Amino acid sequence: MGGEVRQLLEQIHRFSRRCLFRVLSMGPLPTHLAFIMDGNRRYAKKRGLEDGSGHKAGFSTLMSMLQYCYELGIKYVTIYAFSIDNFRRKPEEVQSLMDLMLEKIKSLLDEESIVHEYGIRVYFIGNLGLLNDQVRAAAEEVMKATAKNSRVVLLVCVAYNSTDEIVQAVKRSCVDKADRDVERIQLVDIEENMQMSVAPEPDILIRSSGETRLSNFLLWQTGNSQLFSLDALWPEIGLRHLVWAILNFQRSHSYLEKRKKQL
Amino acid sequence: EHHHHRIQQHRQKRRHRFQYLTRTIYGGGWFHPLRFITQCFLSLHNHHNFLINQFNKRMISLRVPAPSSFNLQRFNSGALERRWKLGRDCFLSFTPNRIGLGVRAAKSEMAPFTAAEEETLPEGLQPELMPKHVAVIMDGNGRWAKNQGLQPWDGHRAGVEALREIVELCGKWGIQVLTVFAFSTDNWIRPKIEIDFLLSLFERTLKSELETLAKNNVRISIIGDSSKLPNSLLKVINEVEEVTKNNTRLQLIVAVGYSGKYDVLQACRGIAQRVKDGEIEVEEIDEILIEQELETNVTEFPYPDLLIRTSGELRVSNFLLWQLAYTELFFAQEMWPDFGRNGFVEALMSFQQRQRRFGGRKS
Repeated sequence: MGGEVRQLLEQIHRFSRRCLFRVLSMGPLPTHLAFIMDGNRRYAKKRGLEDGSGHKAGFSTLMSMLQYCYELGIKYVTIYAFSIDNFRRKPEEVQSLMDLMLEKIKSLLDEESIVHEYGIRVYFIGNLGLLNDQVRAAAEEVMKATAKNSRVVLLVCVAYNSTDEIVQAVKRSCVDKADRDVERIQLVDIEENMQMSVAPEPDILIRSSGETRLSNFLLWQTGNSQLFSLDALWPEIGLRHLVWAILNFQRSHSYLEKRKKQL
Repeated sequence: EHHHHRIQQHRQKRRHRFQYLTRTIYGGGWFHPLRFITQCFLSLHNHHNFLINQFNKRMISLRVPAPSSFNLQRFNSGALERRWKLGRDCFLSFTPNRIGLGVRAAKSEMAPFTAAEEETLPEGLQPELMPKHVAVIMDGNGRWAKNQGLQPWDGHRAGVEALREIVELCGKWGIQVLTVFAFSTDNWIRPKIEIDFLLSLFERTLKSELETLAKNNVRISIIGDSSKLPNSLLKVINEVEEVTKNNTRLQLIVAVGYSGKYDVLQACRGIAQRVKDGEIEVEEIDEILIEQELETNVTEFPYPDLLIRTSGELRVSNFLLWQLAYTELFFAQEMWPDFGRNGFVEALMSFQQRQRRFGGRKS
């Protein structure tokens, strides 16, 4: 009896969500959304849970956010999973994070995972050489397995720093243009050597937990994106925050389009 | 038939009125009831938050330490005070002073720099937590002028006054570097008359302020793509940089014709040239090398601690890309000519409340 009620409630939720998304899609929708998933440890501390569970709660929030984004029709979603600066934390914490990542990356290959439900193509962006071998192998396997999907794209930034990405791009463009005139290096040469060139620039960057900074994430690509800083911690983020961000985006969109047309 | 025509006119008027409504609420288009309702809720919620923040601001004294979950909105939402001050300035701007002297910004006077004494910090600011490098995007001059019913160039002139005030405050409060975004590579598409005015305003301001800056021990550096600037301006820039190059109190960096991507590109070209000359190997290229090649190498603190953007826009607009990696961002609702001392103090207080961890863990 309880199971049926729950199913019914879920159906009602799904239906009302579809109605809400229909209303939202009347206006302009972003094509690329980026998330900085900040505040997992603070959440665990606030709830008095043990240390690792904040990240697990964060992962389930991530799955539901991805579901909402893809239902709404947003094609590209980028998330900031692990930064090169985070390697400076305590080794036990880094190790537990790596274990969690390995477990979740492997679960992406399962049949019932969200990847197959929405036809997601997954990219792992960052300096993968800094990860341990198991995680790297799992990541490459997922990238290969989902290479054929083309409906929606998920970009996961692990061992990523925007400055590091720019350094790699500069190195590659120096090597490419070594024989030609240096003055001919243009912006497109650097941009095509960036790892994030598989996706367009983000329209919205959402950071949870109230901090208003970029923390070395997508510095090159967020030049013209709207930055939203939500006060809630990442595991507390829900549908209402996403709707809020999109409504605000729609409000300023017409003004932005006018400016872009002038360019 | 006349009756039919009247009905048509009435219908058109009603449709027109609806379009006005839709344009103000969600940017125009047909009237969708659901969308209209959701956007109304959004505006109401914004206003509700604004009222709550006003209440909070008045109730909590500045001496009390901030609560653990600091609400940035308290400082970011527009203040009732600033609203009536804006009204007062609208009224004042029509006084006879305006004729011949140009328009004043809300809070600054026409007087040049006051004497270079160390001023005590206002209440609530702690001297050891002051940022070393502050970056400012001076946005909103055009909109401010439109709100006041003036021409855009009056807005830019008022912007210069406001900048003067901020530079003065930085000098007094021990901020060592101030970077201002004067003119972007994207701004070249503006009408020629506005560009000419801006550049000539810049030239005139540099010439007239040279003495006061030298007297107050301020060093000026100009960064950006100088290839499109007129020769007279380049000459003035070189002169000003030469004269002030040994000053130590405050370094004012003005970004003209600058964009973050352009900066990284020219650093890349410099590095590629060095690789070609055999000075460095490709494998040796790292972040420190790029940092040395960027145009902000004129200062020893190239990374801003705090970035302030006025006029309520929530984006960085391609200003200082590489250098903003760990910068705290502050978005102010008012337009640049109204920003002044109050807005600056708010931004600094917000900065001092934040916990900067640089990716590590706060133990």
